[in-house]
Amino acid sequence: MVKLTINKIPVSVEPGTSILEAARKVGITVPSLCYHKDLCIAGNCRVCLVEVKGERTLTASCAVPVYEGMEVFTNTLKVRNARKNVIELLLSEHRCDCLKCEKNGKCELQDLAQEYRVEEKSFIDLSIGKRIDRSSPAIEKDDSKCIRCQRCVRTCAELQDVSALTVARKGEHMFISTFMHKPLADVVCTNCGQCVNRCPTGALVERNYMEEVWEAIDDPKKHVVVQTAPAVRIALGEDLGYDPGERVTGKMVTALKRMGFDKVFDTDFTADLTIMEEGTELLTRLKQALVDKEKVALPMFTSCSPGWIKYIEHEFSNNLDNLSTCKSPQQMFGPLAKTYYAEKAGIDPKDIVCVSVMPCTAKKYEARRPEMKASGFRDVDIVLTTRELAKMIKQGGNDFRHMEEGEFDSLLGKSTGAAVIFGATGGVMEAALRTAYEIVTGHEVPFPNLNIMPVRGMEGVREASIKIEGCVDAWKFLEGVELKVAVAHGLANARKVMKQVAEGTSPYHFVEVMACPGGCLGGGGQPIPTDMETRKKRAMAIYEEDEHMEFRKSHENPEVKLIYDDFLEKPLGHKSHELLHTHYTKRMTK
Amino acid sequence: MSSTAELVQTIVGKHGTRREHLLPILQDLAKEQRYVTEDAMIEVARALDLSAAEVYGTASFYTFLEPVPTGEHVIRICKTITCYMKGKDEVIKAIEDHLRVKLGGTTTDGKFSFFAANCIGWCHEGPAMLIDDKVYTKLTPKKAIDAINEY
Ligand code: SF4
Ligand code: SF4
Ligand code: SF4
Ligand code: FES
Repeated sequence: MVKLTINKIPVSVEPGTSILEAARKVGITVPSLCYHKDLCIAGNCRVCLVEVKGERTLTASCAVPVYEGMEVFTNTLKVRNARKNVIELLLSEHRCDCLKCEKNGKCELQDLAQEYRVEEKSFIDLSIGKRIDRSSPAIEKDDSKCIRCQRCVRTCAELQDVSALTVARKGEHMFISTFMHKPLADVVCTNCGQCVNRCPTGALVERNYMEEVWEAIDDPKKHVVVQTAPAVRIALGEDLGYDPGERVTGKMVTALKRMGFDKVFDTDFTADLTIMEEGTELLTRLKQALVDKEKVALPMFTSCSPGWIKYIEHEFSNNLDNLSTCKSPQQMFGPLAKTYYAEKAGIDPKDIVCVSVMPCTAKKYEARRPEMKASGFRDVDIVLTTRELAKMIKQGGNDFRHMEEGEFDSLLGKSTGAAVIFGATGGVMEAALRTAYEIVTGHEVPFPNLNIMPVRGMEGVREASIKIEGCVDAWKFLEGVELKVAVAHGLANARKVMKQVAEGTSPYHFVEVMACPGGCLGGGGQPIPTDMETRKKRAMAIYEEDEHMEFRKSHENPEVKLIYDDFLEKPLGHKSHELLHTHYTKRMTK
Repeated sequence: MSSTAELVQTIVGKHGTRREHLLPILQDLAKEQRYVTEDAMIEVARALDLSAAEVYGTASFYTFLEPVPTGEHVIRICKTITCYMKGKDEVIKAIEDHLRVKLGGTTTDGKFSFFAANCIGWCHEGPAMLIDDKVYTKLTPKKAIDAINEY
């Protein structure tokens, strides 16, 4: 352990700890902009300056490790003045229009300017004019708000291994660019929004569709239904004054009803449906491979994460057959709302506006894919992120904390624990195993309390194998088969698994991939900040929610049973194919 | 295979496919094609298993690899302070008038591009410029135009 003092307070930390992290350990905050817990150190913003006794100049505390006997001062006049100058310099190149900015009130630069009482531009104004890229339906990039901290570049490279963003040119002309400065929509960006979640300013934000939703609600001719994804309920609270990991499911439902949605449904319902379809698809593929000896693409990959889908379409387009043909739960919900529900409720589907609340920016893109019109209409009309919903709840003027607990509406609102865990990495796998194992053997998965621990956790790639024993007659060919599965989250980890597949060495039958670190709970549309600590707390909340559910297996969802009896007939049936399954597109590789 | 792809393959074959080979590859490409083309960057990205943006980011950092189309000959005039003090602005004006192109542009016949460069190391004999690889120093408006007329 290394011993040092910070503002005369003795501290002892592991060797290699930075001054900034050591200070945080004893409750001293040093301001930072380019630093992010998930990313490597860049040391380029200089706002974290501190004084180290014996050093001639001030030190960037995020980039310098502690040493024995170090004496650090984080709050001297010299330090404060220097930091203020740094902030002023950043602002001199910044198009300050806070009032119109998506990040107003949630901006790390603005917070610092306020803290250091930087009230106006004290240097010459070097800000560039508006330079906004709105080519993507999911993400908006505004270079005039960028402080060039490169969190986005590091995110896209380190966490996602996509590197759609780069640092282009140099010196005063340096800017964050795509390949040849092309619009985001024309490059390999997956719309995952991980960069958005880490951008300290308004330079990268989600496309905001709040007004469209208010307008639809206000239109008496429209019947506006909303679906909420599993990972929203365990994170929404963070933007409304709760601590990470607090579940606000019931209050969220009430808030949505008060906002004026005609029906509040649950994406969990279609998550369960996904399991029915995808589980059956997996078993069918296994039968084709093992019994019929057909050539069939294995491992099968999950397809609920639209960032992952766009990624594989770009980078591994020869392996599109390995993807399950199941749409994501969001896109299963849309057409069912405009067919099944419309029919039952006696509403003309053309009057239905289908809104979804997602932890994800890529879902905004997914909803606009041209093929997503299975109902004959745009299946999902408007997609909001968790952050946008929090803003709308505040706009609605309701006291969230004291709201009573509401219940989802029926027909498309019933959920199980299996659906809830879709929000965590490994959750789709666990849900699929709970159901598939039972279909095949007639009894529950052999894990205590249904908790399949080997697929849980935050390890980048996790594997598990389950020996299938005691098969019922229809599935006898699976008797004794060792089912090998893997789970990957974050596209950098997905690439590792995909490389094996491309090289023909993948040992797995079934692989779950989520584009975002931690799965949807760490999605690009989730409250900021998201880092390992928050991801772990959100995951705990998800598994807690699962344990509290009346039903914990997708095939036990009564509304799922009902929709198969009344409408879809059977998994992979004709209607399912029409409404719930999709196809994929090869895209440019670079 | 396209001719760009073949060219990239030859150059990559010469240098290797590791990340540190990117720069020499780009330099050779700029030599062969006068500037680094979009297609070439994509091919390099494929060969080195990098994203196209990373290749572009690296190329765009260096004035001499700037991925913009250039004319047959590239004039680069030093834009730094010593050359400024020794009168680079008049030289620039004269060249602009002579070539009928603004600094940063390319003549309509595609013969010359006229760029500014960071210090080229001839401060003691400024103003200085390069035409392709050849250095011209102690420039006056007339000397500069004479130099251009050599091409
Ligand atoms: S990025 Fe921050 S400081 Fe800049 S305009 Fe937006 S809120 Fe204001
Ligand atoms: S876009 Fe945001 S994250 Fe990226 S460099 Fe600019 S300010 Fe930083
Ligand atoms: S949205 Fe995802 S893929 Fe696109 S630039 Fe941001 S981090 Fe990269
Ligand atoms: S936070 Fe230390 S240099 Fe940016």
